[in-house]
Formats: sequence, structure tokens, C-alpha cells
Amino acid sequence: MSGTYIREKVDVCVIGAGHAGCEAALACARLGLDTIIFTVSVDSIALMPCNPNIGGSSKGHLVREIDALGGEMGKNIDKTFIQSKMLNVSKGPAVHSLRAQADKAEYSRQMRKVLENQDHLIIRQAEICDLLVENNQIVGVKTFTGTVYECKAAILCTGTYLKSRCLCGESITYTGPNGLQSANYLTDSLKNLGIEMRRFKTGTPARMDKRSLDFTKMEEQFGDEKVVPFSFFTNPEDVQINQVSCWLTYTNKNTHEIIKANLDRSPIYAGIIEGTGPRYCPSIEDKVVKFSDKERHQVFIEPEGLHTNEMYVGGMSSSLPEDIQLAMYRTVPGLENCRIVRNAYAIEYDCINPRQLLPTLEFKSIKGLFSAGQFNGSSGYEEAAAQGLIAGINAALSIQNKEQIIIDRSEAYIGVLIDDLVTKDNLEPYRMMTSRAEYRLILRQDNADLRLREKGYKAGLISKEVYEATLYKRELIDKEVLRLKNTVVGASKEVQEFLISKGSSTLKTGTNMSELICRPELSYEIVSEIDVNRKPLPDDVVEQVGIEIKYEGYISRQMKQVEQFKKMEKKRIPPDLDYNDIKSLRLEARQKLISYKPVSVGQASRISGVSPADVSVLLVYLEQFNKQHK
Amino acid sequence: MKTDTIAAVATAMSDSGIGIIRVSGEEAIEIVNRIYRSKSGRKSLCDVASHTINYGYIVDNSGNDIDEVMVSVMKSPNSYTTEDTVEINCHGGVFMVNRILETVIKNGARIAEPGEFTKRAFLNGRIDLSKAEAVIDIIHSKNQFALKNSVSQLKGSVSDTVCKLRDEIIYEIAFIESALDDPEHISLDGYRENLYEKVEDIIVKLKKLLDSADNSKMLKEGINTVIVGKPNAGKSSLLNLLVGEEKAIVTDIAGTTRDVLEESIRLHGISLNIIDTAGIRYTEDVVEKIGVERAKKYASDADLIIYVVDASVPLDESDYDIMSMISGKKLLILLNKTDLDEVVTEELLLYEMKNLDINSNMNNSQIIKTSTKDNIGIDLLEQAIKDMFFHGEILFNDEVFITNMRHKEAIMNAYKSMLQVKRSLEDDMPEDFYSIDLMSAYSSLGEIIGEEVEEDLVNEIFSKFCMGK
Repeated sequence: MSGTYIREKVDVCVIGAGHAGCEAALACARLGLDTIIFTVSVDSIALMPCNPNIGGSSKGHLVREIDALGGEMGKNIDKTFIQSKMLNVSKGPAVHSLRAQADKAEYSRQMRKVLENQDHLIIRQAEICDLLVENNQIVGVKTFTGTVYECKAAILCTGTYLKSRCLCGESITYTGPNGLQSANYLTDSLKNLGIEMRRFKTGTPARMDKRSLDFTKMEEQFGDEKVVPFSFFTNPEDVQINQVSCWLTYTNKNTHEIIKANLDRSPIYAGIIEGTGPRYCPSIEDKVVKFSDKERHQVFIEPEGLHTNEMYVGGMSSSLPEDIQLAMYRTVPGLENCRIVRNAYAIEYDCINPRQLLPTLEFKSIKGLFSAGQFNGSSGYEEAAAQGLIAGINAALSIQNKEQIIIDRSEAYIGVLIDDLVTKDNLEPYRMMTSRAEYRLILRQDNADLRLREKGYKAGLISKEVYEATLYKRELIDKEVLRLKNTVVGASKEVQEFLISKGSSTLKTGTNMSELICRPELSYEIVSEIDVNRKPLPDDVVEQVGIEIKYEGYISRQMKQVEQFKKMEKKRIPPDLDYNDIKSLRLEARQKLISYKPVSVGQASRISGVSPADVSVLLVYLEQFNKQHK
Repeated sequence: MKTDTIAAVATAMSDSGIGIIRVSGEEAIEIVNRIYRSKSGRKSLCDVASHTINYGYIVDNSGNDIDEVMVSVMKSPNSYTTEDTVEINCHGGVFMVNRILETVIKNGARIAEPGEFTKRAFLNGRIDLSKAEAVIDIIHSKNQFALKNSVSQLKGSVSDTVCKLRDEIIYEIAFIESALDDPEHISLDGYRENLYEKVEDIIVKLKKLLDSADNSKMLKEGINTVIVGKPNAGKSSLLNLLVGEEKAIVTDIAGTTRDVLEESIRLHGISLNIIDTAGIRYTEDVVEKIGVERAKKYASDADLIIYVVDASVPLDESDYDIMSMISGKKLLILLNKTDLDEVVTEELLLYEMKNLDINSNMNNSQIIKTSTKDNIGIDLLEQAIKDMFFHGEILFNDEVFITNMRHKEAIMNAYKSMLQVKRSLEDDMPEDFYSIDLMSAYSSLGEIIGEEVEEDLVNEIFSKFCMGK
């Protein structure tokens, strides 16, 4: 590292311009801080190096939440999607989830445009090699060319670029995704600062030339007839576009035989790969080995954009050598004559053990240093963006000397994501799943605005008008729910006939409208016939009213659990608490607590190895501690 | 902090004259009122003034009297915990006290965690700072005990059933969850019917478990009394005398008892769990060797040890072995075979033990001369046990009772959750709703075998179902 000695001064340095970096930089700049975003290649801003979709089960929730807090991802995919689907519509409202196919190049270009036109934000192509820290406070970053940027906060969003290497059979290249330059110096700087690093791996399938595929042998997959936008700001009319199709085909015995016969040439099975890969996103080799009783696996052929012939082969990521890849892909119906544009590969990269972070995503040991995305051991564009947004907001708030925000597990999937990362032992790249959210009935994608607008407004990313509109929506919902509960339905002839016509049992005594709506065969919409005093309400209000009444029993049960949960979250633990003072803690719990430094009793209770008895001991001790330090 | 209503037995779980069940929390008065009937049958506890004592009966859910009681009502904030508190004074006796506690639990209270009343009193500012350490210690020590006992004392058949049920339940949850997370790879078509059958089956099994839990205890209750001694010292004869029937095979051949025999007896109202072990000696016999190892283990976990010495033969290496093994334990020593010539005297034994620095505060009262062959001295032994118990030297293991009830409560909760799943299936509720109840059932059962839920689900999903891109 050499070069001319230059010094520049900014408020925030964001390192990396992927999905986490973009949200982080936009949040800081929008909150009025002078922000610079570094990337090894300006052409790779908001790059989607793996699948061409945004959203999906639980990830769609994250995008909605990002939007409700004032992030960009939802708006950007609404502008650049080429197919969209609401998943799980046959299931409960809590697991409905949006997923859109993106035009990758367009997505990237649009996001770059937003960044380029954002006040207070500068884009800079440079590799950051060193973090400058004084008295446990970040004071600047240094580029490969030697320039120092002084700053008050820095956000690490290095994705899969740290000391990355790509593996395709025996061929190994020391690059980031898509052959982009890797960042080889920052890891050592981080280690010197005492940060614990680990190595993860992930993979991606091949891309193929559309002209070489035979779609007549595949099943066509269409988008939804009526598209729902991701962003609450997008006018639903604007997303009713002509959509492209995806295609479904299957692997077969021949595919599996080729794979099994060549496992010794897979870098994973040959033990060349050191990093830990994700179990939820297995390579086709893994699927064939671990689920050997399955005769076939689904393969989704998805377009990468409108202006390219490249097709993504979903379901068949691999790190087998090129010749085996070609042979295996060609056994799949419709792919017999396929031409590969880009090989499938596995990628290994450095990341951190995220339990070194506070739930604000600031490092416990270095003030002003934040991190987000794959660097924190997660995977997925949406997971990255969500963390980027929170890290950005908190970096800005910390510079402004305001209280940082923590989103808890009962408020958002984002809260579950961050809490899981900073509290649990994560041994593989972390992916969001709906089963990870214990309060998921109230964390729906349809009510993300109601849940989070207030937080976005307080942070400063949501305008007063928008926030007030949300409050008004809440008011309309509450009023209507109350009205339905108070609307008495008598056992009149008209009502009985209506019930019979809907296949519902007749009334023996009077009841109220909300009780009727709860019946499996009825709904808010259906009972409108006998609900004479009903006034027209906006669609989004109607949707909420329907859900809140229909599932009230379950929802109120979860609300009660949330109350209990909140009590423990509110019991804050002073950062300087000496656990060695608490005699009755078991040794294992004591060690865990010392190394995790949880911020609340609630967080402490979720650390593995901390028993309910330890939590009780901690509670009593804290009570005593607080009384003495009043 | 939980503020739900908790209940526990406030008096020692012994066969004393009076027992007190304490109930505290928002619904304390309401819950007790549900099972309380005044003499006139008209008085409601909800209407009585604070700090009153009310005469009446505790009744079960079918309206039958369980016991005649005095119920004191103390309203918030003027109680120990500062919450609404009710104390039921009933006739003592382990059986009665337990039945009333159980009835309270069935009507909506939860069994208190160890030290929870005191914890609440403290956290609500009722007791002062100087007691904080003591509170922490209570929680700590009681938990150590509960942790150790709840799992290790569980009967094998119960833990097997619970584990199997949990496996079945988590499989279904994992299937539902993987389908919710990856709807394009995993379909739930036709799954409901399939699940409905399984749910009914699980409900039947839980009911059976619940019934058996009502009839018999899942844990062994009582004072663990372990009989040790050299081969052919008369241990098995002693067991038979105490039990009153021929349970153990008694022969003149040393080493006849090769494994451990267990019997529960009641002695002057005290429950004893008597364990006869294989005689301890150096042996090459594999089976006998295992028996000896087990004997040592039981001795180390015992609440009381009865060491049977064959007084007709000199002490040898095996005796010294046994003495070092039982060091520090509550101990009664029998000098057995007084029908034969006495070789080992009380004085000799005490001298030897002092030499070995074992239980140096032993005294004569703990040594009893017996002849198991002629049934002589057994009454003295029984009296000695009774004295030790009532002088508080050996403690009745009330935590075991509590654990038993806790287990029952957990099975009951799992059962209720599964009924809810069934109802939701009948009401055509979506999968993501009833999977919550499946999960509750799973974690309730987990409380019994002491397992944390945490990563189980995610692991099950990834290992059983092929996900993703």
C-alpha cells in the first residue's frame, strides 16, 4: 500500500455497494450526513450475483419492512421487476409473501441512479485496506492507494469479497463473484483490531443461453394476474405490466448418476472447501447425496433480464468441474443441447462472528464501527438490505447523538434476523425463514407499515405526512373492528336465510357481526350483505379488518406473549456489569454472558447455555444492582 | 417477568398435621374461588374483605369435597408477594396437600418455580435488599436439585413415550414449515387429512400418558434408602422383612443378589424407597461386577444408607471399601447376625471408622444390633429411621412431588395444545396457525425430559426435507 498522502473528511464511510451498502449509504445521506460509499467496481452497485429474484417466503416480509422504515429495495424492485407472484396465498395471511423476478441489469442501474442523485452521497471506486481506530473509536479508513478518509462512523458491507475465491471443480480463481476483484487486505486489518473472523461459503448455478434451451419440454410458470407492489409508496396501477414466464423442469436418474460418479471431483466432497455452506441452499451434489431417495429435483429456469439471453438454472448450484456440469445439465429435459454462458461455482469468503455486534449492529468493542449483510454471516439480498438499513440509521443517529434504534423480535422479521445473528450461535450463512419468527402471526407483510412507520418516522426517513396517513389508517381499522364487535345480529328471517345460503348454521340467539366473520365459511366480505351500516373503506383497511377479526383468537394469544416478551426486553443490562460478581450463576452461563454481553435480560435468556434459573438469578441481581446505583 | 398466577405448597411436604397451599397472582382469588365452597354454599371469595379467614371446603371439578379447609385471602398490595394471595390451610398429609395443589393447577394456576414467591416479593419491592443474596441462593440451589432430579429420575417408559411423541410432532412441524418456506418445492396438498389422523393418534397417546400419570407417579418418590454391605451380610433378608414379603431371593450363598432391587414402603407414614444392592466385594464375575458398580452409584445418590455388617465374621478389606464409599452420608449401621457369636462389636466398629476418619461424629444410637434371621431389632431400626426423619436429619424429598406435578402439568398442556390443533383442523384454519399449537405441544413435552427447543426445528427441516434454490 503506497501512494500520495491525501486526507478527506466525511461523516460516514460505507464499505461495499451491494444491497447492504446501498441501503446503509442512502439512509445516512438522507439523514443529512456526508456519506461516501466505496466499491471495488462502480459497475457492480446493487449487483445480484446469484438468483434473479427479490422476495420469497419471509424475505418478502423483509422487503416490506425495509420499505416501511424508509429503505429503497421495495421501490427499486417495483421499478425493475419482470414477473411477480404472491406465494402461499392458499395458506394463512401471515405467510403470504411476495416474490418478484428482477431484471438484474435494470435493478442495478436503477439503484445506481438513486445513489448518484442522492444529496450528501458520493460514490468512490476504491478498495479499503485499513480501518483507523483511536481509543476504541473509528476515526477513518484507508484505501489501497493510500488515501485516508476521516470519518465519525464506518459501515462494513463487504459481502462475499473478503479474501474470496471461486471454485469450479479443480479450477480455483481468487476473485469475488462474477470475476470481480476480491478485497484481500481488510481481513488482516480487522484481525489486528481483535475482530474474530470466520469463513463461509455459498454457491450459484450456471447461466445458460436461452436459444439453446427447449422450452416445449418444460412447464411454463406465469406471474400473478394482478400484481401487488412491494412498496407501500408504489401506485398499484404502475405494476400491472406485461410479465415474462419462468420454466419448470426436473432432474432425473441420469443426472444423479453423473453426479454420484464424479463426487470425488467436487471440491466440497474432496475437502478442498474450508468454508461452511448453508443447509437451506444445498448444491445439487448435496441434494443428491443427502436425499438419495428422491427420484427427481425441481429445476426452475428463470430469465436474468429483458435484454439478455442468459437464463438462471434455479435448483442446480454446483461446484463440480465444467465438463461434469455440462454433462449433468444436459440430462435435464429441455437442457439437452444447452450452452453454458457462465459456469456454476462455489464461493468462499471471510466474514465475522456476528455476536461481536450489538443489536444496533455496532461493534461492541469499537465505537462508530457498524456492519451489515453477508459480512455478518447472513445470506440473501433482502437480509443484507435489512441490516444495511438498520446499520445506516444507527450510524447516523450515533453521530447525531440520538438514541439508536433496536427493532425487537416482536416488531419485525428484521428484529428476528438481527437478534438471531447477534445472540445465537450461527454456524452457517443465515437465511430468514418464517419459522424463525415466533410472533409471525402479527409480523405479516400486509401490516409492515402499521408496525414500523413510527420507527421510520422517528429515525427521520419517513415524512410526517406519510406517518400521519398510517396513523389514520390504524384509526379506521380500529373503528371498524369495534363497530363489527358492537353490531348485534338478531336471528331474523333475513339473517337465517343468508346463513343457509352460505352453508352456515343458523342462529339460535343473537350474536354480533365479528362472531359471524370468524366462522370458517364466512368472511368480512361475505357478511356485507347483512351488514347494513357498513361504509366503504379503502382496500388496505378492509384487508386488515378482515384479518384482525378472523384470526383474533390466535392473534390476541400472540399479543399476550409479546407483552411478556417485552417486559424482559425492557430490563436493560448495564454494559459494565461484572458477571463475576454474581455468585450463583452457573459457570457456563457466566462465561457465555461475559462473552456475549447481552443488552437486556431478554437477550440473555436467548443465549444457549443460559438457563431459566440463571435468568432468575440475573433478574434479582439486577434489581439489587439498580437499587444500589440509583 | 411473568405475572401469571402461581401456586405451591408452603409447608414442608411431610406427614404433619396442617398443610398450606399458597396461590399468588392476578387470578389467585378467582382460581381458588372456583374450587371453594363455603359452608352455606353461597359465599364467594371474590367478595370477601382482604385479610379474612374463610371456613369451607375444597371441591374437585365434579363438586366432590376434597378437604375441609380455612382459606385466607390477602389482597394486593398487602401480601408477601404484593400480589393477590390466597392461602389454603388444609389437613396435612402428603396425599391431601398434593391433591389440593393439583386441583388449583387444573383450574388455571401454574406451579411456582423454585423460589418464585420470594423472587416476586423481592422484585415487587416487598423484601429488602439484604435478602437478595438469599433469594438468589434459593433459586440456585433448588434449581440445581430440580435439574438433576427431573430427568434422571424419570421412569424409562415415560421418557421413551415422551421422546417418541416429540419426534412425531416435530416431524409434522418441520414438514409444514418447510412447505411454508419453500412452497414451490414442497406441497401441502392432501396433507390435512393425513395430519388429522396423526393428531388424533397423538391425542390418544397423550391421554393415556396423562391417565397413567394420575394413577402412578412418574418419578420415584420418598426417601432413597440404600442397603449396602458385604455379600451374605443379610441385606436381602432385611429388605424382605421391611417389605413384609419375599421379594429378594435369600440363600446362604454369598453374591446371590446380583443386581439392584427396589421397593417402596411406608413406615410410620414416611415413604421410603428401599434399594437392596449387590454385596460389595472384589469379584471376577462379570455380572456381579456390574451389580457392585451399580451399588456404588446408588449409594452415592442415597438420602439414607443402611450398612449391614455381618457381626459374626471379622471386618475385612471389603468392609473398609464400603466404609469409605459411604463416608459423609446419612447412615444407620446394623450389626447383623446377633444369633451367632459376636466378632464385631459396636466399639470396634466405631474405633475403625474413626481411624478411617469416616463419619467421625457417629454415635451408638446409629448402630443397631439385629438378627434378620430371627426378626430381632427391626423395630429398633424402624424407630431410628422415624426419629431421624422427625428430627429433620433426613429430609423428605418434596421436590420430587413438585417435579411429578410439573410433569403432569406439562403433559396436560401438550394435550390441550393438540386438542387445539384438532379444532383448528376442523375449523379449516391455515397451517401457519395450528403449527403454533404443535410447537407448544412439542415444547411442553420437552420440559419433561429437560430439553431446549432452540435449533431443533431448523435442524429437522434441513435434515428431513430437501429445500431450496
